[in-house]
Amino acid sequence: MRPKTTTRRIRLLAGVGAALVALTALSGCGNSGAAGGKVKLSLGLFGNFGYTDLIKEYQAAHPDIEITERTAAYSDHHKNLAAHLATGAGAADVEAIDTGYVAQFKATPDKFVDLNTVGGDKLKDRWLGWKWAASLAKGGQQIGYGTDVGGLAICYRRDLFEQAQLPTDRAAVSALWPTWQAFFETGKRFQAKAPNGVKFMDGGPTVLNAIVGQAPQGYYDQTDKLIVDSNPALRQGWDLVVDAVKANLSAGLLYSTPQWNTGFTQGQFATVTCPAWMMTKIKDQAPDTAGKWDIASVPGGGGNWGGSYLTVPKQGKHTKEAAELAAWLTAPEQQAKVFTGKGLLPSAPSLYDDPKITGYTNPFFSGAPVGKLFTDAAKKLNPQYQGPKAGDVQTEFGNAMQRVEQGKQDGPAAWQQLVGDVAKIK
Amino acid sequence: MAGTTTLTFAERRQKWDVKLSPFGFISPYFLIFGVFGLFPLLYTAFVSLQKRNLIDADGAQFIGFGNYEQLLFHDPYFWNAMGNTVSLWLLTTIPQILFALGIAHLLNRRLRGRMLFRMGMILPNITSVAAVTIIFAQLFGRDFGLINWVLSWFGGGHVDWQAGTASSHTAIASMVVWRWTGYHALIFLASMQAIPSSMYEAATLDGAKGWQQFWRITVPLLRPQIIFSTVIATTGNMRLLAEPLLFNPGTAAATGGSDRQFQTAALYLYEQGFTKYDFGYSSAIALILAVATMLVAGLSYLVTRRIQTD
Repeated sequence: MRPKTTTRRIRLLAGVGAALVALTALSGCGNSGAAGGKVKLSLGLFGNFGYTDLIKEYQAAHPDIEITERTAAYSDHHKNLAAHLATGAGAADVEAIDTGYVAQFKATPDKFVDLNTVGGDKLKDRWLGWKWAASLAKGGQQIGYGTDVGGLAICYRRDLFEQAQLPTDRAAVSALWPTWQAFFETGKRFQAKAPNGVKFMDGGPTVLNAIVGQAPQGYYDQTDKLIVDSNPALRQGWDLVVDAVKANLSAGLLYSTPQWNTGFTQGQFATVTCPAWMMTKIKDQAPDTAGKWDIASVPGGGGNWGGSYLTVPKQGKHTKEAAELAAWLTAPEQQAKVFTGKGLLPSAPSLYDDPKITGYTNPFFSGAPVGKLFTDAAKKLNPQYQGPKAGDVQTEFGNAMQRVEQGKQDGPAAWQQLVGDVAKIK
Repeated sequence: MAGTTTLTFAERRQKWDVKLSPFGFISPYFLIFGVFGLFPLLYTAFVSLQKRNLIDADGAQFIGFGNYEQLLFHDPYFWNAMGNTVSLWLLTTIPQILFALGIAHLLNRRLRGRMLFRMGMILPNITSVAAVTIIFAQLFGRDFGLINWVLSWFGGGHVDWQAGTASSHTAIASMVVWRWTGYHALIFLASMQAIPSSMYEAATLDGAKGWQQFWRITVPLLRPQIIFSTVIATTGNMRLLAEPLLFNPGTAAATGGSDRQFQTAALYLYEQGFTKYDFGYSSAIALILAVATMLVAGLSYLVTRRIQTD
């Protein structure tokens, strides 16, 4: 009896094993695309690009193409992309890359389709000159088509300003802060009469990013050398924000964390630095605050924070179709739809005088004329050169400012450690 | 020699079958280990001797032990991460084993709905680590966290859990302990049930009370399981990544807090490899971590082996 059951068991095991092998083989086939006669394209995004409706539109016009969106958190998305490029598999057919990371990825242009070879060179004039240049590799390969640009403004809570006996009208509010000093002085006035538990600004790092984005030079010079310790604009901005933190104006929240998101729903702060994409973020995060927000101009003139590119990794199976999709999604007509739908500021200057864009107001932000406001900001914007690891340097700046906010270090000590940490970024 | 020639083919085949089949049966494990265990290990060792960008394999340069020298002698953040790892190892392993012993002991008694409680023990372990961590991160929130709210009843509260070293380690350790205590408790429970009841009856006759019986009979007889659990917990904790990574997500997740106060060695490896793209350096960290894991596992084996068995 005994040997018989054993062999039976072995047969069973072998059967299960064979089934497993078959399954793995099958799942391997899943990616081969053309299965149902349709070309399957995947779109790797982070945050809200506002593409859902556009994808439906594209699929309706291209019945042979099926598009799936996959969205991850900002830093996870870029780390995953790096891992997929390293292993040569797993990347989406079209991958979004943020401004803070684009220099890092364009250092290895052979991982991406050179869009200039598939007609990109003819589309060049669609974009702001500096937007096009920022994703252009040293050898002249274009790795990505620009989506949006950041632009800058200040989003503020009308209701909280009113409670603190500050003006609420957006023109009057903009007039309160021609400079960042004036902005923080307004903050002190706000804080003196603020409702219990409400701070003037969300956190030091967010404001500092805006100030850095306005400087003529950022973390790097044009030769990709880090100039954090020698660029006076950075230290001045740092000291200003440290003073504001010390004056208790900051809710001490680091952007993009769950605590920061909760801060929007709980009304923990009255202002937040607002690149155009921030509008979508606020709306998605705290839909209940509709009508309470408004938008004023940013102190100190134009500046940029954020904005993305669509790239086509070479490892994809349908790079031709993917490049076509990326070109279509970033075309001015589509950028216009994304702006009126989601508020992402176009990188196509032909739209900046288009009445459809300039006349656009956003009801969520008390009907603020965001079209006019952000296109004006974009025209004034001085493009800043982004070095290879700008994203990592920005992270270190955020950490350093948080050390001050958490009371772990004073301003000079945190700065000193920051300079050391940045020097380690190669 | 003469004997073998007289065997028929069938007999010979059966002889070979007996000799070789066992190797055939165990070979899948070794093949899989070779492909997914040994090869990556050797390849990691190879990469650790290079200066290599994650996404630019062609630009790799051989630099010998340069990465190791930098790591061991010139990198305070590496030692900071190792220190955090050891701290979290102590903060998780010891409570885990003690709680598991206590819970197993309680579940080993007659009580209503015993099966339900036993099955409940494994629930934390089968839930997704990401979901658990995100929920715990909310509980440990500074402004609206449940834990600070409860603390405020006792006049405490407003602890910025992420900011401090001790507070962040406590929070992360609580996630790990919550997740793994039930798993170890079930292992202990299974072997507790194998202890003959006559031993407890004899002890009762000798006048030993509940806790005395627990420490003098149950714990010593569970020695092999305690060693096993400690070694498993140790190796798990040396690789601790998801909990600290998700405890404070956002752009700075990989640094483990504003001052790296809860950056574990595995998280440092992740930072170097996947945000700094320094593939060679992170491979060197991986190998050092592997060696350190073996050392710490050996140490915990030696410590737990000292449990008396008389």
